[in-house]
Amino acid sequence: MADIELLPHNVPSQSELPELIEELTTLNLGPTHPATHGIFQNILQMDGEKIVSGEQTIGYIHRAFEKIAERRPFYQITTLTDRMNYCSSPINNFGWHMTMEKFLQIQVPKRAQYIRVIMMELARISDHLICNSILGVDSGAFSGFLYVMQKREDIYEIYEEVCGARLTTNMGRIGGMERDLSSTALRKIREFIKTFPPVLREFEKLMSRNRIFMDRVINVGPISLERALSYGFTGPNLRAAGLDYDVRVMEPYSSYEDFDFSIPVGQSGDTFDRYNVRMEEMWQSLKIVEQALENLPEGPYYADTPEYYLPPKKEVYNNMEALIYHFKIVMGEIDAPIGEVYHAVEGGNGELGFYLISDGGRAPYRLHFRRPSFIYYQAFPEMCKGSTLSDAILTMSSLNVIAGELDA
Amino acid sequence: MLSNQEVAEELLGKFGDQVFDFEEPYGFLTLSTTREEIISMLEFLNQHKTYQINFLTDITGVHYPDNEGKEFAVVYHLHSFIHNFRIRIKVFISEADIHIPTATGLYASANWMERETYDFYGILFDGHPNLVRILNIEEMDYFPMRKEYALEDATREDKIDALFGR
Repeated sequence: MADIELLPHNVPSQSELPELIEELTTLNLGPTHPATHGIFQNILQMDGEKIVSGEQTIGYIHRAFEKIAERRPFYQITTLTDRMNYCSSPINNFGWHMTMEKFLQIQVPKRAQYIRVIMMELARISDHLICNSILGVDSGAFSGFLYVMQKREDIYEIYEEVCGARLTTNMGRIGGMERDLSSTALRKIREFIKTFPPVLREFEKLMSRNRIFMDRVINVGPISLERALSYGFTGPNLRAAGLDYDVRVMEPYSSYEDFDFSIPVGQSGDTFDRYNVRMEEMWQSLKIVEQALENLPEGPYYADTPEYYLPPKKEVYNNMEALIYHFKIVMGEIDAPIGEVYHAVEGGNGELGFYLISDGGRAPYRLHFRRPSFIYYQAFPEMCKGSTLSDAILTMSSLNVIAGELDA
Repeated sequence: MLSNQEVAEELLGKFGDQVFDFEEPYGFLTLSTTREEIISMLEFLNQHKTYQINFLTDITGVHYPDNEGKEFAVVYHLHSFIHNFRIRIKVFISEADIHIPTATGLYASANWMERETYDFYGILFDGHPNLVRILNIEEMDYFPMRKEYALEDATREDKIDALFGR
């Protein structure tokens, strides 16, 4: 064995070392980054792989809905609402209808209320399904997402059967539903109730106790209850932080008081808790759909409000009054009463509020949407401070920020 | 269960003639105050031992161009989860002196709500840490939700034949 000659290393002394410059890296996450699920930008200051601070730029798909609403007859505002949280548009639609019904003091028949509950809970399932499966995608588990997509498709087919549209549903009318549940719709909902639990169970098996997934999400993006309340969190994100605030229970609307369901809450407000809360909420929603379908009352599916509810076509052609109301509604010639009303529903992301001021005109004087995503998304820099970029992505997707709702 | 009457009387006792215009549209306690008192009122409701009205649901603005001296209203919606009680507080300010103190010291959520209100109405929240536009582009030089910027008339009081292809 030959002798190894050690080359003399010229190790510089401490004083000779060039001075280390600490520098933060600016990282543009977005506006169109595939991991942000929507168009919004985060300018992150990174120290190596850790996030030091973040600044959000939003408004990329701002469409001035509040302004547009000031020029629209009340029934045409529905189409604006379903473009907000487009993952659960029926909730937005019915939220607006219920605001109008509260404003006009319309008593909606039980059957319409139950149909609404069914559709809203299906919407909640589809909303949470997307959020949780996308969380899987962002943490590296794609198969679950693709698997549950089929179930969301089933829900969209039910929407199609009920209102004709899939994404921007424009479902229901002021005063009730535009049509009764068809036998096909009923069959599809029953089928869904039967086929959904095995799929969700399998998805749960894949994710919930999966060591890799748990390691990725536990203690990622936590927020304390105190901060969550200060930041105006509502919905699953607040419940994950430990408060059981749910508009469906606190201020029941659309007959939610008739149903037996529980509100899951988390403890630490981290990504895993948010995931679990959404998971459990899907089971509870399914329970509500089952109950509503089982006890679906007979009777009319719309209230007697000729000034706001388009009369059936048969009536329009045969009945003078119906024709007049049809004309007045379509031409937007109905004067609303004077007043102001706030109505909130439990949207997919939390308290979705509608603040309506009417000066007695044919369109709202002022309509403000309380969009839960917009309010809680500002907590994002605080939540991902000190975490790695990949954890920040998970935090963001578990917050379920919907760009349409964020920007209105 | 907290009643509107009870809270209104408590606020009257504390703030006297600085609270006025009590209303109850659809059972929702609505009242007005001045911008000098708004923050202390929010704080009072927040810190109140029994009421605990400590959740800021919403801040928004309204423009009343014909309401001289009180052209703008800032509307606060507050909520107490303990009592499931909601209250709406309005502050009217004039266009000439369009300032109101910020609520960001009390509620972190007020940050973006106030930025949004500024963005659309130009209401200046004094003391706000970062009062810049949020949804509209920074170069915009007007406040689009003000009533003087009308959209095209969709209610069509001008039913010109040409509009109907006649």
